[in-house]
Amino acid sequence: MLFPIPTDPEVEARVARLEIPFNAYGSDPFGISRAYLGQIHTLLKWLYRSYFRVRTSGIEHVPKRGRAMLVGNHSGGVAIDGAMVLSSLLLEMDPPRLGQGMADKFLARMPFVSLWASRCGQFTGLPEHAEQLLADERLLIVFPEGARGTAKLYPERHSLVNFGTGFVRLAMKMKTPIIPFGFAGGGEAIPTIANAYKLGRMFGVPYIPITPYLVALPLPVDLEIVYGEPIVFEGTGDEDDTVINAHVEQVKAVIADLITEGVARRRRRALPARLFSGGAR
Amino acid sequence: MKVLILGIAGGVGRIVARQLLQRGHEVVGIDGRAWPGAPKEIELHEIDLRKRAAEEVFRAHKPDAMVHMATVTSLVMRGEERHRINLGGTRAAFEHCKRYGVGHAVFVGRHTFYGAGADSPLFHTEEEPPIGLASFPELADLVASDLYAATALWRIPEMTTTVLRTVYTLGPSGHGTLASFLHGARVPTILGFDPLFHVMHEDDAARAIVLATEKKVRGVFNVCGPQPMPLSTVIHKTGRKAVPLPEALMASMLGRFGLPNLPRGALTHVKYPIVVDGTAFKTELGFRHEIDEAATLEAYKAAFPPPRD
Repeated sequence: MLFPIPTDPEVEARVARLEIPFNAYGSDPFGISRAYLGQIHTLLKWLYRSYFRVRTSGIEHVPKRGRAMLVGNHSGGVAIDGAMVLSSLLLEMDPPRLGQGMADKFLARMPFVSLWASRCGQFTGLPEHAEQLLADERLLIVFPEGARGTAKLYPERHSLVNFGTGFVRLAMKMKTPIIPFGFAGGGEAIPTIANAYKLGRMFGVPYIPITPYLVALPLPVDLEIVYGEPIVFEGTGDEDDTVINAHVEQVKAVIADLITEGVARRRRRALPARLFSGGAR
Repeated sequence: MKVLILGIAGGVGRIVARQLLQRGHEVVGIDGRAWPGAPKEIELHEIDLRKRAAEEVFRAHKPDAMVHMATVTSLVMRGEERHRINLGGTRAAFEHCKRYGVGHAVFVGRHTFYGAGADSPLFHTEEEPPIGLASFPELADLVASDLYAATALWRIPEMTTTVLRTVYTLGPSGHGTLASFLHGARVPTILGFDPLFHVMHEDDAARAIVLATEKKVRGVFNVCGPQPMPLSTVIHKTGRKAVPLPEALMASMLGRFGLPNLPRGALTHVKYPIVVDGTAFKTELGFRHEIDEAATLEAYKAAFPPPRD
């Protein structure tokens, strides 16, 4: 089910360099497909470079190989943050890496969407999948705020809602370093003024975001991703809630700082454009 | 040793029989179906497993091992009779094993035991329960047979019991659930879904069963070989064409216009993947498949090219 659009040559070259065990048919054991990755990342590259002008800093903190867990904030934009993180990992890393996010359960029931997601390495957020991927030395992406995070309204866009604690237990059990990241600008891309939960349920999704211009199409705003230094928690993951909660708060605080840095970087970028109208980017 | 194979005339049954014979074992078989061209060294009994005559075979031969491959899917048989064959047959088989002191019972089950669903994880391990029975109740008797066979682990402690959950098999015999599904030139699929299918060459499946029988290992094991593949790949590389239909349309067309008369629940198996983790079997028995996924599809395609319209 591929579209007849050509794959961008840079994207194709980077996908070819992914250190993933593709078989003779170009599929890995989880069904991830080189062909689908090429198509999706051609689209994502255009969003990353041209439409959103994403700037990424701290990418050197992401390990080049081996298991790792990227943990960050949702930025109010439905899936934009996840998609741009995936793009940054493919386009900015050397060798490129495939980020694998944990999709909300409702996605698995949707035709086409579920197919595209899994062919590109994004599987249903089940603990079994998370463990299998980490055991296979993959790069997992976790948004501990969950759907509550993407539902943030515009005024809340830089805040952090409650973090689930599972990711810390998982990281400890699977001896995986946590790489925190802050994402700034998603709330500006899709400025949500309200969420229609009843309407969403009719479509089998948690909610439908409503923007001032009604349809939740993302605006072409600047986005910032700031990766922080790896955090390693020693232990088995079976520790008491008090221990785990302390770790979660630590990660949350680091991410809050990274968001602040991201917001500041966005402001600095906007400044020259305001001072020199018509200036080159 | 002397091995009694139930369901010996089936696609994989015949291969297991030949391999055991080649390895110097004595082979006896029970199957309601005939096997024309069977090696003459094999003593065949064309009888129903649930009848008295089958018990006679156990009594007369007192085999060292029994391999039970005589279950049927709801794609082959609908209704009450299937329950009687699967559960009744499995019960009879294990009762005879106990009564006549068979040392080792191998139940050959299927990976579809785990069921298919949107919330189901990939790479099922043997501890997981079967899900999806609500959406596909016709699987229930096969699931029950698998679990009932496993109860022999505590009910008949003097006997070694092995339960194998093998993935779909494909090969030159053209037998098996997947082969039937791929039979025609055009294969119906559900629009917007392309699940992973876990497939192995029937020769490798037979090798795994033979290995389990010879090594006399106790427990429940997933049996797989190469990595799973998207259904679209399986269809395309066996020379077929996929015909994607919207789910609602497919459901109403079952049994008509050349579509197989599948139970409604079977559609979940064409939407969602059933993929197993075969590490336990590979580690404990040192099993390695010899034929990779591409060669498996090629072998089926060569033996059964798509019929020309």
